[in-house]
Amino acid sequence: MSDTLTIKNLHVEIAGKPILQGVNLEIKKGETHALMGPNGSGKSTLGLVIMGHPKYEVTEGDILLNGESILEMEADERARAGIFMAFQRPVAVPGVKMADFLRHATTNVRNPERKEGEDLIPMREFRKEIKDKMGQLKMDAEFARRYVNDGFSGGEMKRAEILQLAMLQPHFAILDETDSGLDADAVRLASQSINEIGHGKMGLLIITHHDKLLHYNTPDFTHVILGGRIVETGGKELAEELHEQGYERIRNDYPEAAAVNDAVEEPVA
Amino acid sequence: MSQTITRMEFNQEGFDAFLQSRNEPQWLQSLRQTAWQSFTEGRWPNQKDEEWMRTDIRLFKLNKFNSATESNQPLPTAVLSAGVELAGSCSSMDGVTLHHHLDAEWAEKGVVFGSLSELAHQHPDLIEKYLFQKAVDPKFDRFSALHAAFWSSGVFLYVPRGVVIDKPLHSIAGMSDGGSDFAHTLVILEDGAEATLLSESASPDVNSGGMHCGAVELIVGNDAHLRYVNLQDWGQGVWHFANQKALVGRDSSLQWTVGALGSRLSKVNQHVSLTGEGGNCQVNGVMFTENKQHLSYHTLQQHEKPHCVSDFLYKAALQDSSRTVWRGMIQVDEGAQKTDGYQRNDNLLLSRTARADSIPGLEIEADDVRCTHGSTSGKVDEELIFYARSRGFSRKEAIQMIVTGFFQQVFDRVTIESVREALGLAIARRVRDYE
Repeated sequence: MSDTLTIKNLHVEIAGKPILQGVNLEIKKGETHALMGPNGSGKSTLGLVIMGHPKYEVTEGDILLNGESILEMEADERARAGIFMAFQRPVAVPGVKMADFLRHATTNVRNPERKEGEDLIPMREFRKEIKDKMGQLKMDAEFARRYVNDGFSGGEMKRAEILQLAMLQPHFAILDETDSGLDADAVRLASQSINEIGHGKMGLLIITHHDKLLHYNTPDFTHVILGGRIVETGGKELAEELHEQGYERIRNDYPEAAAVNDAVEEPVA
Repeated sequence: MSQTITRMEFNQEGFDAFLQSRNEPQWLQSLRQTAWQSFTEGRWPNQKDEEWMRTDIRLFKLNKFNSATESNQPLPTAVLSAGVELAGSCSSMDGVTLHHHLDAEWAEKGVVFGSLSELAHQHPDLIEKYLFQKAVDPKFDRFSALHAAFWSSGVFLYVPRGVVIDKPLHSIAGMSDGGSDFAHTLVILEDGAEATLLSESASPDVNSGGMHCGAVELIVGNDAHLRYVNLQDWGQGVWHFANQKALVGRDSSLQWTVGALGSRLSKVNQHVSLTGEGGNCQVNGVMFTENKQHLSYHTLQQHEKPHCVSDFLYKAALQDSSRTVWRGMIQVDEGAQKTDGYQRNDNLLLSRTARADSIPGLEIEADDVRCTHGSTSGKVDEELIFYARSRGFSRKEAIQMIVTGFFQQVFDRVTIESVREALGLAIARRVRDYE
């Protein structure tokens, strides 16, 4: 069975304000999709809705995993079903060590039926695994002992998100600007890591402004979102065009969507 | 020593019978009589008193309780001593001593440890000089007077000059449902002495009622170091009244960790006086309340001498309709220059109906000091919950993790592993799910 994530005519509102206005998208496991668009077009919203953020209301359409709707599933059920999102601005969890956080997360995601209070992955086994993964990502061992995202630099936060991707091994991953706020070396490292961990294995939905990430993770499809709708889908050439020339042509080709886009400001999640 | 104890009420007849039953030395009898006199002349505090304006005790009825009564109930399980190698231990149930023990190694060095009631007979020379003399004042309020008149069992620790006890001592006070506990803790560290005392109090179950009217006196000499842990885990029907005071001498330190989890209503006064130059006091407070619990803590960090450091951190998490009141005061006396005083109270509200009052205060009469204070109260951030859930945590697991993380800052300061673990487990067990 080929794993498929399907977005069908998705309409989403936040506090009564429409953000997504009929998004259609299908991602198969192993495919890489680039999602591009100007600010306020609804890129992050799409990711957060797939992940199950309670703030957004789906007013029409559906999200299906292997043909089954996941709209009624809470975020943790979606995570256990194999969906992951690397956040653009992950929140800090003061007082909770990365290692403890990830040990619990990894246990739950690997044993979707686990009940509260049941045993976690044995500490020894987990330590070895996280140490290997951190080595692969060239992260200092000290990282695991720090509190989740607490006092992390922008770059550290993004690497911590990639570490979580590596540990949780989802079927589908949304990467929301996992390369932003990084210097050139860090972008290269992040791009290579994502390539090793997920490219060709997971279904990736990559939201990015950089070409580096897509250079290492060549998209099978590029989608352009504008005014809450996917207005154009192409191959990797489309991503290249947008990097080189920006959104001028798209805006001219789709003036209606451009007008909607200008009226909506993407809310910060 | 065996004592026959019958049920005795808190009236003149009950007091006379109590005094008679105890067969104590004259100095102790007069101490009790004077306190009983204060009690009969005093009045109960009420919400017109500033100290009590947020704490309603109108439903507290003293005549529902009796003084120390032998009970056949089993002692609740101790948690602070789990897996810890101890130098000594003692226990009591409903104010009656069950056992006390000190390793011979320490007794030979002059250390005295055990039930205060029993040791008052054997070491009057040590106890008379300190009991209610330097720290807790029986006239402070009606509860302190009642306590001084009726205290029983309790804990006494005396560490002679220069003796360093490298293993913790442990005490547990149990109380059966509807029982009472009037335990008194008296700790004396002579110059250069060091010790760790882990104290806990517990009921048979979470719904138990009863009354605790207690006091703690910690007297730390010069160049002496005391770690004192006080875990209160009574049932949620227990009335808890306590006056606690520590004196910290020159170049000495006190690390005082408070875990306040149980009781229906608590009113605690915690007072630390830095009485010698270069003294250092760190207080770590952890409170978790639920249902209709009401915990009121008044802390006073008093800098009497220059160059002292005091650092009080209280964190509380509240669920259901519970309430905490924390009122902290840093008092710097005239001449206590170069004081470094810090106090902080953070509250995490886990339900809409919980309430935390936080009232920090400063009274400074010296001109070259650094004193800082702060407090925060807030709800669990829904974005944090979503983040954890996106990683596979259930909502309840996410909240448990966030609450544990909230307390981590205090746990990081607690240097005793069994204490960190006991507090962490007790809190994780209590956290429920809230939408």
